[in-house]
Order: sequence, then structure tokens, then C-alpha cells
Amino acid sequence: MVPLWMFLVVAAALFAIGLFGVLARRNAVAILMGIELMLNAVNINLVAFWRYLTPDTMMGQAFAVFVFVVAAAEAAVGLALIVAIYRRRQSVVAEDVNLLKW
Amino acid sequence: MIDWTNANILPWLIPVPPLIAFALIFLVTNRSWWLTVITALTGTILSWGLAAAVFLRAVGAPILGLYAPEHFGPNAFGSQVPWMATGATQFNVGVLVDPLTVIMLFMVPLAILMIMLYSVGYMYHDPRRERFFGYMTLFAGAMLTLVVADNLLLLFIGWEIMGFCSYSLIGFWFEKESAYKAGVKAFMTTRVADVIMLLGIAYLFAETGTLNFRDIFFNEEMLHQLATTPALLFGGAFSAAGLIGVFLVVGTIGKSAQFPLHVWLPDAMEGPTPVSAMIHAAAMVSAGVYMVIRMYPLLEAGADPHHGIYSPPLMLMAYIGAFTALFAAVIAISQNDIKRVLAYSTISQLGYMVAALGIGAYVAAAFHLITHGIFKALLFMSSGAVIHGMEHGEHHAHEHGHHPHNVFEDEGKPFDPQDMRNMGGLKDRIPVTWWAFLAGGMSLAGFPLFTAGFWSKDEILAESWNLGLGGEGFGPAIFVFILLVVGAFLTAFYTTRQLALTFAGEPRTEAAEHASLGGPSSLVSIFMQGPLIVLGVLALITGYAGVHPSFPVFGPIFSPGGNPFHDFVAETLMHHPPVSDFNLVFTLVLMLVPLAGIGLGWLMYARKPLAAGQEDPGKVALDAISPAIWRWMENKFYVDELYDWAFVRPSYWVSETLVSQIIDRGVIDGTLHFIARAGVFTGELFKRFNRVVIDGVGDGIPQGIGLFSRWFRFIQSGNVQQYMLMVALSAIVLGIVVFWNLIR
Amino acid sequence: MELTIETLVFAIFSIITLAGGLGVVLARNLFRAALMLLVSLFGVAGLFVLLAAPFLAAVQILIYMGGIAILIIFAVMLTRGMVRAHKVMNEQWDVAAFIALVAFIVLLVVIIQVAQGDGAPLPQAPVADVTADPTVSLGASLLDPAQYVLPFEVASVLLVGALIGAIYVARDDEAE
Repeated sequence: MVPLWMFLVVAAALFAIGLFGVLARRNAVAILMGIELMLNAVNINLVAFWRYLTPDTMMGQAFAVFVFVVAAAEAAVGLALIVAIYRRRQSVVAEDVNLLKW
Repeated sequence: MIDWTNANILPWLIPVPPLIAFALIFLVTNRSWWLTVITALTGTILSWGLAAAVFLRAVGAPILGLYAPEHFGPNAFGSQVPWMATGATQFNVGVLVDPLTVIMLFMVPLAILMIMLYSVGYMYHDPRRERFFGYMTLFAGAMLTLVVADNLLLLFIGWEIMGFCSYSLIGFWFEKESAYKAGVKAFMTTRVADVIMLLGIAYLFAETGTLNFRDIFFNEEMLHQLATTPALLFGGAFSAAGLIGVFLVVGTIGKSAQFPLHVWLPDAMEGPTPVSAMIHAAAMVSAGVYMVIRMYPLLEAGADPHHGIYSPPLMLMAYIGAFTALFAAVIAISQNDIKRVLAYSTISQLGYMVAALGIGAYVAAAFHLITHGIFKALLFMSSGAVIHGMEHGEHHAHEHGHHPHNVFEDEGKPFDPQDMRNMGGLKDRIPVTWWAFLAGGMSLAGFPLFTAGFWSKDEILAESWNLGLGGEGFGPAIFVFILLVVGAFLTAFYTTRQLALTFAGEPRTEAAEHASLGGPSSLVSIFMQGPLIVLGVLALITGYAGVHPSFPVFGPIFSPGGNPFHDFVAETLMHHPPVSDFNLVFTLVLMLVPLAGIGLGWLMYARKPLAAGQEDPGKVALDAISPAIWRWMENKFYVDELYDWAFVRPSYWVSETLVSQIIDRGVIDGTLHFIARAGVFTGELFKRFNRVVIDGVGDGIPQGIGLFSRWFRFIQSGNVQQYMLMVALSAIVLGIVVFWNLIR
Repeated sequence: MELTIETLVFAIFSIITLAGGLGVVLARNLFRAALMLLVSLFGVAGLFVLLAAPFLAAVQILIYMGGIAILIIFAVMLTRGMVRAHKVMNEQWDVAAFIALVAFIVLLVVIIQVAQGDGAPLPQAPVADVTADPTVSLGASLLDPAQYVLPFEVASVLLVGALIGAIYVARDDEAE
């Protein structure tokens, strides 16, 4: 059997990669993609813990389902926002959206 | 309603009319002269009427259907009301009319009435005349309160109010420096005595728990207890009664101007003449003697002067009274102001009364008090008329363009209408006054048989003789007799001198020449001369109430059943004082004394009346022995100067230098200034601190924040990813912190 | 850890996931990045299967790969208008890389510590076998009033809200 900690390491790595994507990419869509990666890493964590520690309750899986829902909603709204911004400003570079600058 | 025939209630009302008049005058009527006069006279007449009613009720007037009560002494009129609660007991206040009060009620309201009438004329030209009557009515009310009072506290209240009135009235013409100073002097001197008297009253109350006369003086056990308890101070030498008595006698020494507290009375002549008549003849100084007569049972407690045992208060009175009598008489010989002679005469006569009481001649002292009140008031009022006349004459002379000047060596001083050396020959110009003055003067001198003063003074001298040289041989009585006899001689002498200088011979100045009282029909003259006539008659006949029954001719006429005055007054005491024996030889010899004095005075001053500018023959005579004698007499033996050096100057020094400059300005002000300066300094300090530190911090913090903000705001770049970076960083750090245990 | 089929499958799917992830964040071409995302999501689905959650694996493929990733591709297409030479990374990428690395290391350290720690060490094997059909249990739990029906309903509300919101935000104003 695969020890639990290996799953956790994979999830951690995926999370770190997603974090890098969020922080470093210029394009807003790419940032969103990084966020999706992070959410997936979280899901892996949840299910792994569920499988190894409490497989008789449904708590872990239910939680993962809700993460799905939230991720979907957030992706939809976020992309809608990006489309709207693009229409307005013809650019999806995150750095250019800085009207709240000092 | 009020039962007018109830003599227990009437005495309450006697002091009331003058007091109401006082209030009305000061509050309501003081704008109108005639209203004031009517108010004052009404009050005075009312109280005189009430007093007369009580007098008749007590003495008996069969015509009116009033009979004297049996044994009036023990059954005196009186009533009380509770006044204040003092711990477990009640302090009651009330009125008491016993024989002593009755004779006072005869003399005092009458004299007050006469003087009030007289004042209407005398003060007519004065700009502040209404105020005068206000004070006089207050004074009358206070005196009457004192007379009818049944306890020492009420008496003392009246006493003190009179002291205040005396001050106000002596200093009535307060524009004159000598006048207001005299007022202060009177008040201060009597105050010293009054404080000691108050100590006596307080001690008495502490010992007995009461101040009621009946409770103390008609109470054998209480007197015995007081006489045998050793006093709080000087317990070895004094009993409680002795110490209290001495304190109370000191009160009289002040109030009745005995040596050494006599100094205020001559200066009190600065006041208007009615004041002198009222205060210094009929009322205030009489109050002093009245008080000691009243307190006699206490003063003699533990002693028996009729058997040669004297208590400390009695000895004090005997020696001081007798000494004062002679001392003042000597000074009176050399005085030139007409009122000053009378002032010293008053001091001297009061000394007679005090001395008489000291040797136990209770009735004699009371008798002389009454007669003296009458003739001294008469004399003062007459002298007032003389002065009035002289001022008239001076005015007259001015109108003629002449300016009268003093005809004696102080020619530089302004003309003094009161100086006898400027008078002379007035008997033709103001005849009524002359006869009145003659009557009063002869009564004062003790002209035998026909004047009241003779009978009363004779009784004193007779008693002192019987208890002294002529009989028992008690020391104080001997002392008293000798001094009083010499004093009687001198009294007659200076009175004759006064009469001669004022009325005899030719006028020595223009003012005297034109002296007049405005004629018999002038209102002023009627008001002034009417009382003179009334009192003049009384000054001659009052004495016949107290004739010794064994006296030839007069005795059987006036005292068939015994000496009426003596029998009446003697009931005041529990143990009636005995009637002294009558000694015909002694009495005849004694009659020579005043005659000798009158004779010498006539020889020196009336046979060849003084001419203008001539030196006083008395002075000439004594200067032959030594010039210092007359000078010392004229300057009152320099007692005032002594007091000034011993008491007045040091007081000034203490107040001016010590307290005012050193303590007040130096210490207190210095401290205050220092505190103020320290406060200002601290204030400055705080201000500096405030500006630098607090404002610095207060302003600095916003400035610092501003600087920081201006530097820190760049963190808000608007770049979302940068924010995210911060978030990630924070999350990691937080994670490390939370999992620190696990990591390490 | 012995080399079993399970371990091998795990390794393969892990590599697919991680390599896909790297591809997403490093690809210059956005379209390629989206495709790499799909790959990574597939890997995750596989891991779910390995973890005895077949339902979740199916949902992953349907929703994530079939929904979200497609959506992203659509968005990429719609925003392709910029032709300029764009940089892939922004100015802070080095700091970002460092931070990501640090995060990974921290997580790693924590995992290892816990795994070998004194507390409850992470189990080498699942604690128990899965009881009944996990899918049925999941469905029951989502509708059980004593369990997760409330979050379930809230989630549906959230979806409605997101739906309306997205439509509103992205609508074309000029067409009105």
C-alpha cells in the first residue's frame, strides 16, 4: 500500500506549483488555471485523509464535493469577469488592472 | 386682655414704650422733627405713667383706693416667663418690683421724662436731632429694663445696651475728634469692667445654677453655701461669694466711674448736655450703684459690716469709694469747664454711695442714689442752659461785629462758652437757670435742713460715724468717715466756687453780657426751663422722705411712725438693716461742714467776684505753697497720661508695628507672595513642558504617522498578484509559527 | 514500500499530475497551458480512483475536465485578441518561485514530522476497509438532515448565484 504521506507530498507539490502559477503568470486566465490546480491539490488531500483515517464516514468525500461546487462557481464567475475586463480594456494582463493603486 | 390693676404684669410694660419709640424713630419718623418729638415724648410719658402706677400700687395711695401690700419686701410684685432651656433646667426671665425697684421707678422715669422735655429745646437747632431722640429712647428702654429685671442676665443686657448708647451719644457730634474719641474711651473703659463683671455673672451661674435675684438673695442656704465655698481662683483668700462680689464690684467701678476706671466720665462731657444729664446723673452711672445695692446680700455674704466683719467686696467698695470721693472732689476744685466740675462731682458723689454700701449703710446708699439722681440731672440741665445762654451771647456779640475771646491765658484758643472764667453775672440774665442751679448746687453741697442732698448725705456720714469713730470703731468705717467728711467740705467749696464764678459779679466777657435763653415765651426756653423748675422743687423736698424720727422738729413732722424711706427700703433685704442711733451733737457739728465749705467758697469767690483776666484765687493761694499742687489738680493727677503710656501706646505699637507690619505684611503677605510666585513659576514650567514635550509628542506623532504613511502607501500598488504574494508569505509564516513544535 | 501494482499506478498518475501542473504554469502558449491543465486534472482523477472514490473520479472528469477546463479554453479563445509579444512571467516571478518553494518545503517538513512523529503517526495503510458502496453512502449523507443536507442546499444556492452573476457580468452591453 502507498503510505498516506506520499499522497500528501503529491498534493503539497501540486499546491506549490499552483501557487507559483498564481503569483508569477501575467495572463489572468493563467492565474485562474493556477487556482484550479491549488483546489485540486486540496481535494487530493481531503480524499486521502478520508480514505486512510475515516473511511466509514462520508465527511471527507462530502467536503470534496463541496470544493467541487465552489471551484466551479468560482471559475465561472472569474472567467466572466475576465471576459468583461477584456471587452473593456482589451487586455487580460493582471498587472494592468491597477486602478486601486495609491 | 391685660389686667391693668395687676401689678405683677404692669412692670413688664414699663420698658416697652421707649423701646417701641426707639424703633419707630429710627425706622419711620426720623424725617419729621415733630413726629419724632411726639413719639419720644409719648413713649417716655407712657413709661413714666406705668411706673407711677406701680409706684402708687406699692407705696399705697389711699386717695385712689390703693393700699400698700403687707410686708412688701417678701411679697414683691413680679412674674416670670420661661426663656431658654439650659441643660436640665429652664432659665426664666421676668420682672421684679421690690422696694428698691420702687424707689428707682420713682426717680428714673421722672428724670428721663424731664430730660426728654429738656432735650426738645436743647437739640432744636441740631441737624441730627432726630437721631438723638432715637438713641435716647433706646437708652431709656434699656435703663428701665435694667431696673425692673429680676435676674442678673437681663440686668446685664440692659447694662450693655446702655453702654452702647453711651458710646453713640457721647460721640454724637462725631465730626469733632475729641467727641468720638471720648465715646471710644467711654466704651473701652467700661468694657474692661464689663468683661470682669461677666466673669462674675458666669461664675455665679456656674455655682448656683440661677441668676434670679429672689432665688439667690432671699435664700439663706444659697448665700451660706456661696460664702463658704472657696473660690476657683485665690481659693485661700476668697470664698465664692467673695470672688463673685469682687468681680461684680469691678463692673460698678467701671460703670460708675470709680477710681481707677473713672477716666471716661470727664471726657464724656463732649456729648450734648442732655446726654450728660441722663447718662451721667440719672441713669447709667446710677445703674452701677443700683447693681451693687441689688447684689448687697451676695456682697455681704459671710460677713456682717454692722458688727465689724467685712468681706472682700465690701472692703473694696469702702476703700475705693471713699478714696474716689475725696480724689474727685480735689480735682473738681481746679476745673474751669462748667461741665467738668459737675463730672468730677458725679464721680465723687458716686464714691459716697459705693463707700456707704461698703460699710453696710444700705438704706443710706439707696437714699443718696435717688436724691443725687434728681439734683445732678438738675445741675447738668442747668449748666446746659448756661452754655446755651453763653452761645446765644456769643452769637449776639458776633452780630455786632465783636469777636469774643477767652479772658484767660489761653487766648489763642477759640472762644469757649463752657469755660467759667468767661462767665460771670449771669444771675440777672438767666434768672430761672440761676435759681435752679442754686437749688441743685445747695442740694449737692448738702445745705442743712432744706435740701434733699443734706438728708441723704447726712445719713451716710452718720452711719459711718456710728460704725467708726463714734461708736463701734470699725476700721473701714473710720476711713470712710474721715475721707467723706473732708469730701463734703470740698464739695460745698467747689460748688460755691462754681456758682460764684458763673452767676455772681459782673460779666467778664461780651458773650456773658449778652447771654440769654431767648425770653420766657420762646418755645426752646419753655422746654428747657420747665424741667428745671420741676426738678428744682424736687431737689429741695425729696429729702423729707427719709428723716430720722428722733431729729428735732423735722422728725416728728415727717417721720412720726419711723423713717418712712428706711422702713420701706429695708424690706428689700431678708435681714432688715438697723436704723442707726441719732446723735444730736454729732448732727449739729456735721451741719457745720457744708456751711464751712460754702463759707470759704463765698469768701474766696463771691465776696469779691472774679474780674476778667484775674487769676483764680484758689490757684493763687495754693501756688504760695507750691505751683505744682494746682497744676496736678488741674491735670487730674495725670491719670490719663499714665494710662496712655501704660496701655494705649503699647496697644498701638502691637497693632501697628508688630501685627500690621511684621506679621501681616511681612510674614503673611510674604508667604502669600512667595506662594504666588511659586505658582507662576510652576505655571511657566508647565507651559514650557507643554509646548516642548507634550505638543512635541502630540504634533510629532501625527507627523511621524504622516511620514510613515507617505512611505508605506506604496505598498498598495493595485497589483493583485503582489497582494497575493503577501498573503502567501503571511500564510507560510503563520504556518511555521503554528507548526513550530512539529517542525523542531 | 514494496513495488506493487498499486504503487506503480500511484507513481504514474502522480507524475502525470505534477508534470501537467508544471506544464500549466510554464507554458508560453495559453492554449497549450489549458491542454496541460486537462492532463493534470486527469491525473487527479486517477488518484481518486486509487483512493477508492470512484464517484469523485467521475465527477472530476465530468465537471473539472469536461466543464471547467473547457470553459477555460473558451475564455482563452475569447481573449486572444492581444498579439503583442507578451511575456510569460510577471516581474515578481523570482520571488514567487521562491515563495512557492518555501511553501512546499514547509509543508514537506510538516508532513514528515507528523508522519514520523510521536503523536498519531500517519498510517501506512488505511485504517479500515471501505464499508458499503461509498457512492450510495455519499448520496445518502448529502441528503440526510442529520448530516450534510444543509451545506448541500447552500451550495445549490451558491451555484444559482454564481450562475446569475456570471451571466450578468459577462453579458454584452451593446447588444441591449
